[in-house]
Amino acid sequence: MSRPFLSVANLAVHFPTSDGLVRATDGLSYTLERGKTLGIVGESGSGKSVSSSAILGLHRGTNAQVSGEIWFDGTDLLSLSDEDMRRRRGKDVAMIFQDPLSALHPYYRVGDQISEAYLAHNQVSKRVARARTIEMLDRVGIPQPDRRVDDYPHQFSGGMRQRVMIAMALINDPILLIADEPTTALDVTVQAQILDLLQELQREFNTALIMITHDLGVIAEIADDVLVMYAGRAVEYGATRDLMTQPAMPYTWGLIQSIPDVTRSVDLPLRPIPGNPPSLLNQPPGCAFFARCEYAQFVPGDRCATTLPDLLPLSDGHLKRCHLDHDLASYAVVETGAI
Amino acid sequence: MIAYAIRRILVGIVLLLSMVLVVFVLFFASGNPAKSVCGKFCTPEKLTQVTKVYGYDQPITTQFGEFIQGLAVGRDYPVNDAYRAALEKSNPDLVIHCAAPCLGYSQHDAATVNADIAKYAPVTISIAVFAFIFWIFFGVFFGVLAAVFKGKWLDRILVGVTLVVYALPTFFVGTFLLQYVAIKWQLVPYPTYVSIADGGVGGWLVGLTLPALTLALFYMAAYVRITRAFVLESLSEDYIRTARAKGLTERVVLFKHGLRAALTPLLSMAGLDFAALLAGAVITESVFNYQGLGLLAVIANQNSDLPVLIGLVIVAGAAVIIMNILVDILYAFVDPRVRLR
Ligand SMILES: Nc1ncnc2c1ncn2[C@@H]1O[C@H](COP(=O)(O)OP(=O)(O)OP(=O)(O)O)[C@@H](O)[C@H]1O
Ligand SMILES: [Mg+2]
Repeated sequence: MSRPFLSVANLAVHFPTSDGLVRATDGLSYTLERGKTLGIVGESGSGKSVSSSAILGLHRGTNAQVSGEIWFDGTDLLSLSDEDMRRRRGKDVAMIFQDPLSALHPYYRVGDQISEAYLAHNQVSKRVARARTIEMLDRVGIPQPDRRVDDYPHQFSGGMRQRVMIAMALINDPILLIADEPTTALDVTVQAQILDLLQELQREFNTALIMITHDLGVIAEIADDVLVMYAGRAVEYGATRDLMTQPAMPYTWGLIQSIPDVTRSVDLPLRPIPGNPPSLLNQPPGCAFFARCEYAQFVPGDRCATTLPDLLPLSDGHLKRCHLDHDLASYAVVETGAI
Repeated sequence: MIAYAIRRILVGIVLLLSMVLVVFVLFFASGNPAKSVCGKFCTPEKLTQVTKVYGYDQPITTQFGEFIQGLAVGRDYPVNDAYRAALEKSNPDLVIHCAAPCLGYSQHDAATVNADIAKYAPVTISIAVFAFIFWIFFGVFFGVLAAVFKGKWLDRILVGVTLVVYALPTFFVGTFLLQYVAIKWQLVPYPTYVSIADGGVGGWLVGLTLPALTLALFYMAAYVRITRAFVLESLSEDYIRTARAKGLTERVVLFKHGLRAALTPLLSMAGLDFAALLAGAVITESVFNYQGLGLLAVIANQNSDLPVLIGLVIVAGAAVIIMNILVDILYAFVDPRVRLR
């Protein structure tokens, strides 16, 4: 069997800080094929951005400690030289960053910032790059692209800036695209437009897409597979349908219950997950979710508090990091704390 | 853009006028300025006469009005009309016209304040400009270097050295350069100010080197640290990560994306510091005994020469205000976000 198009294996990203080692990502593994979409969900600070930036090698030159393997199209990206990695960045692998206002340079025209990405990987004149930029701006749905190309980032609305970021990421037709919360902070209609746009471009170039979000609603709409992250680790991983219908990890269930519109009837109250994620410094020995988990009572002994569960298959292709033996529906939890 | 500039200039003028008013009130509240003019053997009759001749008997509002008028259109001295008319006839050489912007008349020097300042200003401006170039060039250069090599030995040495230099008093640096570099080791000729007219650009530059260096070192040390901080801050911004993610080389990431954002705020700081530098040249000038505005201020202070002091304060204030306006206008050109505000 040949290697998957993208295969992340045992990825760890640690930041040494004056307070201690921040384990932003640990033991992370997943695979993705061309044309498919992997959704990565998790609360703020769970390591979604940090782990994905590692694919582009964005931790190089910082004090971050990155280990594991990232096999992409036949090469281990982590073993590439800095220069070889640079050549692939923005060309084969591109990333749409969250918060486009700060991700765009305030002093340069958006057109120049986009064509820069094209010029970095193509031996063409500035005129050609500009024409290509205008074409991309048009593709991502910016009206009057030949005029807007000379505007500065602050002259765009939030949704338009997000489109600029998308145009920049797609200008070299990447075969792997990482979209880091591309629709957060956008209103629902714009959000739907951006998602449609990404899917359309994905179909056209057969791009593999990693969609990072903390919104399971978005995942349900576009992802083939889902990876749920909690405190730097994968806690549940599987096909979107399996995971949404038979969540096996209480945290995933908590996320599903906090979506307003998917898989739930209107009369059931929304249930936010009580409590906060743990600090990534000095992590407790057991399950990171233990302190917030309503199902821990069904696990005999104090295993949840003392032993980190392994990521093990529940069924074919559906992995969970949880000491519970069955899927959640078979446990009767008294729904406390409902608002 | 133009409307913005005009508005800034108008605000600047209002600011300057209020500053003149405050200075005026402060100085004239401190007693009758005629006293110092009257001299050692001052009789009450003489004092009354002097007070009248120079217009110090007028209410302060009148004096202020006339001063402002002088700034705008110029005026003639002595200010008492009857006295001046008589002097026109008897001794016309003693009637002095002070062209706009007239900063006043120094009875002590028997010259207009403008003439006094014009005589001493070239030295100060030369030193300040030269120091400014020194300080910006080396301050920014070493600051960027320190930021790029953050945490490495080069960075530590630069940060350590600047800390020491920053702590050294200007008079100490100046005296050291003068006594050792110039006199004892004779590495450079003994520093004296030579105008471009007298010694050409070469002579002018040689004469300025040590004083400018003295003045620049302190600011240079400060700017190494400021530049380092700004560059580090800029390099940690999200747009730097975007630039890297595009596959740009580290050189382009640093010089195009990093420095552009780091050096722009530096521009406004440098502009304001330059104005302060003009005022700060006093110690340097006295160490090297250069005839600059600093020396003029010291002399005027010793002689209680109020008109000169007022003139100097106004010039220094105007320099600060003008630099402020220039910097703001320049800023609108380099930072697209402040345009048309
Ligand atoms: N350079 C760094 N040094 C130390 N800690 C870091 C560094 N970068 C990120 N972290 C930490 O790593 C953790 C994961 O951050 P990350 O940005 O991946 O979160 P995220 O899942 O993307 O969250 P969000 O939804 O808010 O974007 C956070 O706790 C963050 O504080
Ligand atoms: Mg993130």
